[in-house]
Amino acid sequence: MVNILEQGAVVLIEVKEERLDAHNSGSLKTEMLSLFEDGKHDLVIDLKDVRFVDSSGLGSLVSGFKNASARNGNLKLCGLQPQVKSMFELTRLHRVFEIFASADEALASF
Amino acid sequence: MGEKIEVDIKVPNQTRYLGLIGRIGEDIARTMKRYTGNRDELAYHLNLVLTEAMANTIRHANEDDPEKVVHISISILNKNLSIKVYDQGQGFDICALGEPDFASPEDHGRGVFIIRSLMDKVSYRKTRDGHVLEMVKKL
Repeated sequence: MVNILEQGAVVLIEVKEERLDAHNSGSLKTEMLSLFEDGKHDLVIDLKDVRFVDSSGLGSLVSGFKNASARNGNLKLCGLQPQVKSMFELTRLHRVFEIFASADEALASF
Repeated sequence: MGEKIEVDIKVPNQTRYLGLIGRIGEDIARTMKRYTGNRDELAYHLNLVLTEAMANTIRHANEDDPEKVVHISISILNKNLSIKVYDQGQGFDICALGEPDFASPEDHGRGVFIIRSLMDKVSYRKTRDGHVLEMVKKL
């Protein structure tokens, strides 16, 4: 469900699913946890292929963000489609995450 | 004559069917004859409330039992949309839950807030062999 690309100390995770929901958000959480266990703490999650996200998908991103913060790292987002972006606004999570238009911009911000 | 659409679906109590049910909601929004609002937005919202309500039913009301069934009934009559989600469990009254804490975000607890934000009326009541969550929206 994801492509993982290491860019120096930062890890880019491309979510290759149309939907990030209660069915597959657990897998994203597991992928992030294994990266944290490997000592990574700066992540960029690229959501450009994701057309739909539910509360469970948002929850997996919050979980990753909290884990990264606890390790003095960060989890940033990029590639949000307009409807997905509106979900972050509805749940006020756009104030929690740093959100970039593209993966390049997100990676350059570290 | 007014527009009347009724869709009745039963699927196993498993999250793999969330996408199927969500897409049916999207298709209804795109197919309705007289809707004059933003169809893409309505499609996303119907997909979302169906996904959230069904995920709650699978996990909490039906306690992840894959042998149980989720029954969903969507009806549109003129400008009234009603979605009913029937469970076969002990009940999980989403109306009794509060708002999420926006100041210190947790990784769960947003589903009910989303449903309440997007629908006009939400109720939960007992049926003969479980409960039904009803969500109503004026179109």
